[in-house]
This record gives sequence, structure tokens and C-alpha cells, in this order.
Amino acid sequence: MPSTRRPKLAVWKFASCDGCQLSLLDCEDELLQVAEVIEIANFPEASRAVVRGPYDLSLVEGSITTPHDAERIHKVRRASKFLVTIGACATSGGIQALRNFADVNQYIPLVYASPETIQVLNKSTPIADHVFVDFQLRGCPINKRQLVEVLSAFLNGRKPNTPPHSVCIECKRQGTVCVMGNAGAHCLGPVTQAGCGALCPSYRRSCYGCFGPKETPNTHSLSQWWSSHGMMNADICRAYRGFNAYAEAFRRESEAREK
Amino acid sequence: MTPRPSEWGPPFRFKPEDLESLFVVLHEQAYKIIGPTVNDDAIVLGELNSTADLPVGWTDEQSGGSYRLARHSRPEFFHFASGPHSLKQYLHPPSVCLWTASRNGHGFEIMEKVQEAGKLAFVGVRACDLHALAILDKVFKAGPLPDSSYALRRSQLLVIAVNCTSPGGTCFCESMKCGPQVDEGFDLVLTEIEDEGRHFFVGQAGSESGRTIAAKIPQEEASSTDLERVETMLNDARTRMGRRLDTSDLKKQLYRSYDHPRWEETAERCLNCGNCTMVCPTCFCNTMEDVTDLSGVRAERWRKWDSCFTTDFSYIHGGSIRSSAKSRYRQWLIHKLATWVDQFGTFGCVGCGRCITWCPVGIDLTEETAAILESNSTSTPGMK
Repeated sequence: MPSTRRPKLAVWKFASCDGCQLSLLDCEDELLQVAEVIEIANFPEASRAVVRGPYDLSLVEGSITTPHDAERIHKVRRASKFLVTIGACATSGGIQALRNFADVNQYIPLVYASPETIQVLNKSTPIADHVFVDFQLRGCPINKRQLVEVLSAFLNGRKPNTPPHSVCIECKRQGTVCVMGNAGAHCLGPVTQAGCGALCPSYRRSCYGCFGPKETPNTHSLSQWWSSHGMMNADICRAYRGFNAYAEAFRRESEAREK
Repeated sequence: MTPRPSEWGPPFRFKPEDLESLFVVLHEQAYKIIGPTVNDDAIVLGELNSTADLPVGWTDEQSGGSYRLARHSRPEFFHFASGPHSLKQYLHPPSVCLWTASRNGHGFEIMEKVQEAGKLAFVGVRACDLHALAILDKVFKAGPLPDSSYALRRSQLLVIAVNCTSPGGTCFCESMKCGPQVDEGFDLVLTEIEDEGRHFFVGQAGSESGRTIAAKIPQEEASSTDLERVETMLNDARTRMGRRLDTSDLKKQLYRSYDHPRWEETAERCLNCGNCTMVCPTCFCNTMEDVTDLSGVRAERWRKWDSCFTTDFSYIHGGSIRSSAKSRYRQWLIHKLATWVDQFGTFGCVGCGRCITWCPVGIDLTEETAAILESNSTSTPGMK
């Protein structure tokens, strides 16, 4: 080991379901090893014992949806040497960003008994819109093998192997038969970043785009193809309005199909 | 017909039920049999235990961006075109650990990962895929530094080829001179004939191993009528190719097409997903991934299939050389049909049509090339 002091890890939650941070606890086989090489200093889902900052590595889950959180994320950034966002909420605004396409003030009275107590921002936004982020780990939820890879890369001072290419490459490496070519499914794989292990296509389901847009995503061409094969604009719009609806490429395409 | 090399055995004829005896012989010789079988709504390559695993009663319908499995009532075992898989999966596996390393005091020690490969017998290999195999051999085995992982897997291979009499909607092996007739690189070649209720195979050995195996199949001598029938069926197949490509002057024409406006048009449709390169039986590019464990004591180097459609593929210090979709598509097509000739002496395309069928938006290499050749002949865009 290059260093004798164990780096301090903190896990932070913003607007999210906790699924991504629980992926860390889900690393059953690797968890003891993780605890050996990293001091889990602040992780309320795992322990009430909190070690004060600053922290060498912060994993940030969730999106920014309230004025309070918009301030809190700056405190987290100041307390963190290296900040990694984990999951679709933190990297693109999450499923709750669906409200970005409507007026949140119209929703609030329908959902809450005392709407006047609710203080919420107009939009649900990714962490990188607020503070500098060192690395983004995609997924809804994140893939635990990728999480261990990111931790391992951080500890060893190297770049993580989390390629930004399509799900298709991962899918074909596994020998999975393409659900789009073969079953005419409306699969988002060709515009979605790999990392999940092409999970849905391996069960003969089309990709839902949980890992968000891949590099160079040509959503327009994919939609054109669906459209020429009878898919209605409303359905195309809905396909992009998932966990990563507010990610730039998906947002642009769904808005273009909304009109 | 291609002249028959001297080592080819005499043509013989056998009953369809005796195909099973071939499987028995292969199993006796400790081969794992890999061949076409129905899985996930497609005719894929998988391990076959007996002829019952072959896709009898199944065929496929293929067009740009579409593959559909279909039923038929004919008795043939091999009445279909190329599926999504090719021999590449087995000879150049999608992901291979090449070596591991461990910290050793102040340095580290590298341990080569011993590759394991059993004896594989491929049944039902078409001419297009045999030509693809010959291309992979050139890429991985020729030259002063053969790829040991490929060479090991290749050395234990047995090929039972099948003459293709059922080309698909995206096939153009005839144009690429890579089929439909099997003409090289096989141990045993079969032609399946179904003719007015008469169903039989004509076989011929192409190697010493093939002769030994062929001798175990109950058989009779093939008549001249049988051989004429084979010839007629292959000629008929030549006329039923779903696609065609004019290869005369192709390399020169493509070298003159660098600034052709068609590249930009195609780039607007191309998803840069890499599917064409993954399903291509000759695309051999790979990337290296180095991984460490959490403690930093142990590291591994993995080789994985890569695609020239990613930006990382052409990344060198400071950026990606091919940053536009146009440059990536152009690089791929020109490599397949022009620069490959200079590099390896043949086209890099065998006309199997997989890239057309499995492109999610049906981009067609033959159509793109034809569009470029057509306007090249009317105008002469300058070459950079």
C-alpha cells in the first residue's frame, strides 16, 4: 500500500431513495475489504458513529430539490477532497426531475396537506449543477461492481474502468441477442451508457436507459427509426422520460417529441 | 466450380438420420460440438448435444435492422442464413484475462494467465464465416508475433462446413467472392438436399481429420446427378442474395471518397453504438483494461472487444483523433472495403450481412457504398 493512513469516506444523501448508497452495503463479498482499506467515517445508513471531516472521499447520492439542500451541498464539497456523485438522481436529477417538465407549484397542493410548509426549488437538478464534481458514477441504481471499481481506482490513484460507450457493446460481448433487431423492441441501449451488464436485454427486455445517455448519443436518429416503425411521438417522449429524463440528450429528445 | 485440391476426399452421400453418427464420432473424439440452435428468438451458436438441438423447422427473415425467427414445414437442418453469432465469439473471446500481477517487496511480479481451450468442432459453418476465419488467422496468426490465445484456440478446431443454399435478405457473399460455396479451410463439407421428398446429404472431406470422421458415417458413393444437384442449388443460391456490392475498382473509388457528402448524411443516422463491429465476424479490435483490487496488491490485465465507433478507441494524449460520427463511420467502412486490402490482402468484409441486420437503424453498408460509387462516377470529389 502506498499510504499507511486509511482514507476517510463519507456518504451523503440528498433527494433520493437510498438505493445507491445501499449498494455499498450490498458489496457483501468486498465489504470487509472495503472497511479494511477505507475508514467509513460518515455513513448514517451503516452506523450512527460519525467521524468529523474533512473527508478524503465523499459519495454523494440524490439530487438538489430544496433551498436547504442547495446550501448543504456546498458544505459537503468544502468538507471533501474528492467528490463522487453516485446514481441517476445525483448525476441527472433522477426520476423526481419529471416535475421539471411541469409547474411544481401545481403539484404541491395535490400532494401535501399543508402546502405552505413545503419549500422546494422549481427544478430537481444534478449535483454537478451546483458544485464541482470529480467523478460521476451512473445508474439507477449504480452497479456495485462499478462502485468497487471506482473505490479501487480512487485508492490506487488510477482512472476507473467505467466506459462511456453504449449498452450494446456490453450486450454483444455477453452474446445476448439484440432485442431491438430481433424483437422490434423499443430499446434505449444504443443511446445509453453501459455499466449495468446489459441486464434487461439479457432477460429479453428492452433497455430503460437507467445509466443515462452514452457519449455521442444520437437520440434523434433512434427516435426517427421508431417513428418510421409506427411508434407515436407521445410514446417516444415517454421512453426518454425515465430515471434520466433531465439528462441533456434525453431531455432534448423528449421535448422535441412532446410538441 | 473451384478446382478440388488433391487432399479432398471423394464426394459421398448419406441419409439425414445418419447425421447423428457424425455427432457420435465427434463426441467420441472428445470434441465439444458448437453449432446453430434456437435460443432467444434467434438461431444462435451454442453447444449441441445431438442433432435434436439443430434448428429443424426454423428459418429466419432478415432485412436492414430486422431479424425474425420463422417456422417452416421443411425437414432440413440447415435452412437459414447467418445468425447474430460467429466463430469470433469462440476464437477471439469478448473478454480474456491475459496476465495478473502481484506486489513483491518494492516491485511486482507478472504471471501469465494460462489460457484454457478445449477441442471444439463447429458444425454448420457457412462459406462466409470460413472466409472470416481465414481473415482472423491472418490478423492473429500470421507475422512474427502470433497471438498465443487465438493460436491455442484455433489449433484445436474442427470445421464441419455446410454449403449455403438459403441466403438471407441481407446476404451478399457472392459479391465478396466468399460464398455461397465452401471452398477452403474445412475438414468436412456437407450439402443438404431436399428435393421432391428426397432428403439427403452430400459430403466431402477437406482434410485428413475430415477423412477419418467421414469414414465413420454410413454412406454410399455420390452419383453425378447428386453432384449436379449440388451445383444447381449453389447456382440458385447465388441468384437469391438479398444484397449485392460492386467490388470492381472498389478500393480505388473509396480512396477517392474522403470528402464525399454521403458520409455526413450517414453520420446523421449512425447511432455510434458499435453493434456493426460487434456482430462482424472479422472485426478484431480490442482494448486493454487494467484493474487493481482494493488493497492494491494484485492487478489484472483484461483484453476486451472494442469498437472504432467509440471516442476512446482513437483517444491519444489530448483527445480523440476521430471525434465526429462521420469520421468514425468513414474509417470503419473504408477499412472494411479498402485499407484492409492494403493491410491484409483481402477485403475485411465477407458479405454475411450481419452489420445490416443488426444495425438498430438499418444502415446498409452495400447501400452506402453504392451511393458513394454512383456519384463518384459522375463527379470526382478530391481526395485529401
